[in-house]
Amino acid sequence: MVEMPKVILPAAEAAAPQTTFTGNRALQIEEPLIFEIGSAETSGVDFEEPAETETRLGGLERTDAIGLAGLSEPEAMRHYVRLSQKNYSIDTGIFPLGSCTMKHNPRLNEKMARLPGFGDIHPLQPEKTVQGALALMTELSRWLLELTGMHAIALSPKAGAHGEFCGMAAIKAALEARGEAETRRVVLVPVSAHGTNPATAAHLGFTVRAVEAGPDGTVAVDAVRAALGPDVAAMMLTNPNTCGLFEPHIREIADALHEAGAYLYCDGANFNAIAGKVRPGDLGADAMHINLHKTFSTPHGGGGPGAGPVVLSEALAAYAPVPFVRRDGDAIRLVEHVGDAPEGAAPFGRLAAFHGQMGMFVRALAYMMSHGADGIRQASEDAVLNANYVRARLADVLTLPFPEGAMHEVLFDDRFLKGTGVSTLDFAKALIDEGFHPMTVYFPLVVSGAMLVEPTESESKQSLDQFIDAMRALALAAKAGDVARFTEAPRFAPRSRLDETRAARELVLNYREKAAV
Amino acid sequence: MRYLPHTDADRRTMLDAIGVADIDALFAAVPEGSLRDELPDLPRAQSEIAVERALSRLAARNVPASSVPFFAGAGAYKHHVPATVDHIIQRSEFMTAYTPYQPEIAQGTLHYLFEFQTQVAALTGMEVANASMYDGSTAASEAVLMAHRVTRRGKAVVAGGVHPHYRAVIETVSRLGGFEVDARAVDPATSFDADADNGTSCIVVQMPDAFGRVADLSALADKAHEAGALLVVVVTEAVSFGALKSPGAMGADIVVAEGQSIGNGLNFGGPYLGLFATRKKFVRQMPGRLCGETVDHDGRRGFVLTLSTREQHIRREKATSNICTNSGLCALAFTAHLTLLGEAGLRKLARVNHASAVALAKALERVEGVDVITPAFFNEFTIRTPKPGAAVIDALADRGVIGGVPASRLWPDEPTLAHTIVVAATETTTPDDIAAFRAALEEVLHG
Repeated sequence: MVEMPKVILPAAEAAAPQTTFTGNRALQIEEPLIFEIGSAETSGVDFEEPAETETRLGGLERTDAIGLAGLSEPEAMRHYVRLSQKNYSIDTGIFPLGSCTMKHNPRLNEKMARLPGFGDIHPLQPEKTVQGALALMTELSRWLLELTGMHAIALSPKAGAHGEFCGMAAIKAALEARGEAETRRVVLVPVSAHGTNPATAAHLGFTVRAVEAGPDGTVAVDAVRAALGPDVAAMMLTNPNTCGLFEPHIREIADALHEAGAYLYCDGANFNAIAGKVRPGDLGADAMHINLHKTFSTPHGGGGPGAGPVVLSEALAAYAPVPFVRRDGDAIRLVEHVGDAPEGAAPFGRLAAFHGQMGMFVRALAYMMSHGADGIRQASEDAVLNANYVRARLADVLTLPFPEGAMHEVLFDDRFLKGTGVSTLDFAKALIDEGFHPMTVYFPLVVSGAMLVEPTESESKQSLDQFIDAMRALALAAKAGDVARFTEAPRFAPRSRLDETRAARELVLNYREKAAV
Repeated sequence: MRYLPHTDADRRTMLDAIGVADIDALFAAVPEGSLRDELPDLPRAQSEIAVERALSRLAARNVPASSVPFFAGAGAYKHHVPATVDHIIQRSEFMTAYTPYQPEIAQGTLHYLFEFQTQVAALTGMEVANASMYDGSTAASEAVLMAHRVTRRGKAVVAGGVHPHYRAVIETVSRLGGFEVDARAVDPATSFDADADNGTSCIVVQMPDAFGRVADLSALADKAHEAGALLVVVVTEAVSFGALKSPGAMGADIVVAEGQSIGNGLNFGGPYLGLFATRKKFVRQMPGRLCGETVDHDGRRGFVLTLSTREQHIRREKATSNICTNSGLCALAFTAHLTLLGEAGLRKLARVNHASAVALAKALERVEGVDVITPAFFNEFTIRTPKPGAAVIDALADRGVIGGVPASRLWPDEPTLAHTIVVAATETTTPDDIAAFRAALEEVLHG
């Protein structure tokens, strides 16, 4: 095995000239906007001239200039390849963003999603011509229900937050059926929760009541009991929570909620820590979304598309939204309208135009089939192992806010930077210069200057050691007073620190509009 | 397992470094009895060959759009995606990146999002656009919520020509959020009719509508504005922006669209991308991510996510929306395809689409008993048939033709539409496809 350097060399070359005549820096090439290099006449796509010349546009032809710029195919290819080289990605290196689960994206999954039988079928073509697609949705449902120990599933939500909305809407529908929707209007949300939780509750007309975590970073049953009352509809709880800790009292919390007539919504953002080991259904969850783009590795794509199927307990199963698939003898059918729902079902409505993120279903199922039950369990264990390894090897130079062990991600705070003149943000930017994507910073909000590290199971020990060595070197440099290394970082990235205040103040969102001023 | 790098020796070394005896010691917080010893009741790990074989078998049970004469639309359209586009979106640095929260090492994503926003604003005839949403239908429901915030009113009027699934999403989200929806009658002849009173936040109208019909919306915009309401225009076929007067030019205040038609495959309904554009004065009430221009420490132009004070991770329960992600990679496919097309290419693509649809209309009009009931259209229109639409489509499928979407599948509660079918043609439609459709339809109706 290659021995990794334990000490990062001082950047003596930082004093050397950083400028070139072109602004380019070898492989880093400055790229203009398409509107600065393209033209209205240029096109990189050819079409045959149509034979038909009659028009039936009703006199609504667009006559004004649209304002688009075109590039020929070679110009377009170069434009996007140059842009791509300004991005850090999982395929570049470890991407330890806590709470985001940046694991390897297998290319088999891409290949499968592009099979014409999946990628080139229309959501409204006759059911008998898409039986394979409906079978795939049925099979994906089987895997997700078995892994979660839940009763029913809604596949259509398009991302995690959309899934939260779906799960909470099912809860609201159940309360309506019980005649308690008007009286139960409060949702309990721990202060460490993702911002989507309170936002989702508010968009469903609920009031949010915050629940404080204990000094160990987890929610105590007494805190939940104290917040419970006849006005409480549900609690939204992430488990493992955003501090990377398993909520040890979750079953008692679920019991307390159920006794009080409320439901437990489990935010499944961190299901990747426990898949194959623990079933949320066994813990008392009534609804949980599954981020297929996290736990089951559909690509994050620079910010979507995601996919957020929701699993439901028996108490909520009847309220799953349309559309859903249903076995009918040898055939599988789609139920697309509330009025077509079978006996006993009372769908709360519809959340998206079609059947969900089919492209992501194919990728997620390919991922699960590749791993199998044994591999999914091993992946969870390795994810937890990796986070705890990082924790163990950094505990003496960074500071840990909580004494208990981590699950799949480890939370540090900024006490180790106290008095150094280096902030959590500076520390993150210095990590960029060392060739790593930073961890999540300033989230969760419950600790000062949070740094949340989630390595995932995709990282080898060697990769973790490189990251750990860089983190250690930086922590020691900060303590040694090497402040400029941090405050001036990043110096080697495609851009130095960007002025976010100016962006919000001057608000330039459109090239044309700016050009017109 | 091919995706997991550790050897058992690595695992042992790491457990020792952590100071625990075995992996389950790290799961000690899980309540007694909930940590499962047995594996889930699911198959074990499989090789790439085995997975590919199994999934290919499932895929083979579907009929791909490109394998038959294909005329289904109704919110998702079969267009050609240049090979370059699919290559670009599979670049590792785009596909396996996260949301650009560290902008210094995410300029690639931010740069194309800025270009995307500019393109969407230009297409829709608006001033600002966001960095995309989940799809057209969710963008439409977000537009309604935004109109409520802007006008401080709580009722949306939805015209009868809005796609029924979009209407259902708007109704679901509104009902659950405590808002009112006034959905107008579904009738191809009055699909743009709507009005507003002083409790109306917006009129929602689709153009081309769900029957394919096009109309000038200027008078409707005036009607909305006179009542202090906004006009929300929904577009499900983005290629139409290259042929038809823009919604912005007709007085729209918010334009939402399904962007699938440009750069994205059919994918059985997702992932797609929602376009969302509005006037600059409403920007602070907009949902979704926004990318803005700025400079770096050395004065060089760069891009960042901005106005995040509207968003859930800052505002929590006071956020304009609960949305966390956009549809980044689909937006890249959209912007890359549109860059390849350019202004001239998009106009030509739109012209070819319209020509295909006119040719199709002429061919179907020659079938006895079939009427085209959409007087003016872009690339989609509605026909009336002597037999029920669902039965016709079913019989056509048996003859290897996907002949459109029966209206009864979209509006099962509208018996007057039982004999109608919504059909679409695009640049991928050939004269042979049209001839095959016509012949099969003759046979089904009169054979």
